[in-house]
Amino acid sequence: MLGSLEDAKVLAGGQSLIPLLNFRLARPAHLVDINRIPSLDRIYERDGGVGVQALARQAAVEDSDVVARVCPLLAEAMRLVAHRVIRNRGTVCGSLAHADPASEIPAVLLALGGHVTVRSARGERVVPVGDLFRGVFETTLARDELLTEAWFPAVPGAYAITEESRRHGDFAIAGVVRAGDRLALFGVAGTPVLADPKQPTQGLHPSADLEASPEFRLHLVKALTQRVFAA
Amino acid sequence: MKVNGVPYPAPSDHRRLLSDHLRHDLGLTGTHVGCEHGVCGCCTVLLDGAPVRSCLMLAVQAEGHEVATIEGLAAVGAPLHAVQQAFHECHGLQCGFCTPGFVMTVVGLLRQHPNPTPEQVKEGIAGNLCRCTGYASIRRAVHRAAELSQQ
Repeated sequence: MLGSLEDAKVLAGGQSLIPLLNFRLARPAHLVDINRIPSLDRIYERDGGVGVQALARQAAVEDSDVVARVCPLLAEAMRLVAHRVIRNRGTVCGSLAHADPASEIPAVLLALGGHVTVRSARGERVVPVGDLFRGVFETTLARDELLTEAWFPAVPGAYAITEESRRHGDFAIAGVVRAGDRLALFGVAGTPVLADPKQPTQGLHPSADLEASPEFRLHLVKALTQRVFAA
Repeated sequence: MKVNGVPYPAPSDHRRLLSDHLRHDLGLTGTHVGCEHGVCGCCTVLLDGAPVRSCLMLAVQAEGHEVATIEGLAAVGAPLHAVQQAFHECHGLQCGFCTPGFVMTVVGLLRQHPNPTPEQVKEGIAGNLCRCTGYASIRRAVHRAAELSQQ
């Protein structure tokens, strides 16, 4: 269906897409609402990690026993994603497909080295997280492809996620995710990026906006990295 | 969809937001519309018992689901719902514009955490904006509502 429609957008949780529609910032010709597809909301253990299907709400992931046991980093990250009322609708896979550079979930997937499964009428393929994000709000998915599942590997050892924002639930000015020895940053580049924990700001050129200057963002990256690796 | 237990016909306009459908088509104007992009929390309603932003859903998406609005918490003339009573007692409102959204959010919060800690209350109402009270009286009201709910 996605392949047959010109200018179609997938509507899952809608917590990012509908604000864009309300402001007429996005004006797709068609919306394909996937919410009524049965059994696409599973959260389950597989291959030493957690599979999160396209319609699994962020609140369900936050409350999931499987996630708490296998990948507690993901559960911890949920609490930083907007507010519970938003998480009641918003989906994990939707956040990945939306690819907001300030979003926590893409950075968690990157830190863990997970992957996503995408499907179209042409078949199914697995996209490693390193090949998923192309730019600001941009993924490498083709327009006829639906992101059907994300796979988060079990956390290898110590983990933490922390961010700086004006208020709890606001977009992050800068954030860091630790998964074992791996460090991923968000809010400081066009996509989430992996960084060297010893030199986390190397090669970074964050942009300025009303919230923060590039220098302040670099400072935050250093300070937050120290914090997550101190534990 | 059912709204406050009453079945209503499907919305005729597929582009209609649930918030606009409730207000303009069903006349349930207790659900307020502030920012229309999910930031202010005024339009919060319950969808199958969980609080959601009605401005971030299309009305057609609520087909086959149960919606609860502020009008459904207590019938006219009946005693107030525990959360409404608590807001009344603790002066958790002044102008009242944000109040329906706060009340529906708190109904959901207390289902998740019947005895919320101060931290859970702070986090639980962080997605609702109030320009009058300064939030202290609202936080008190949430704790009072938890007490009243258990009586």
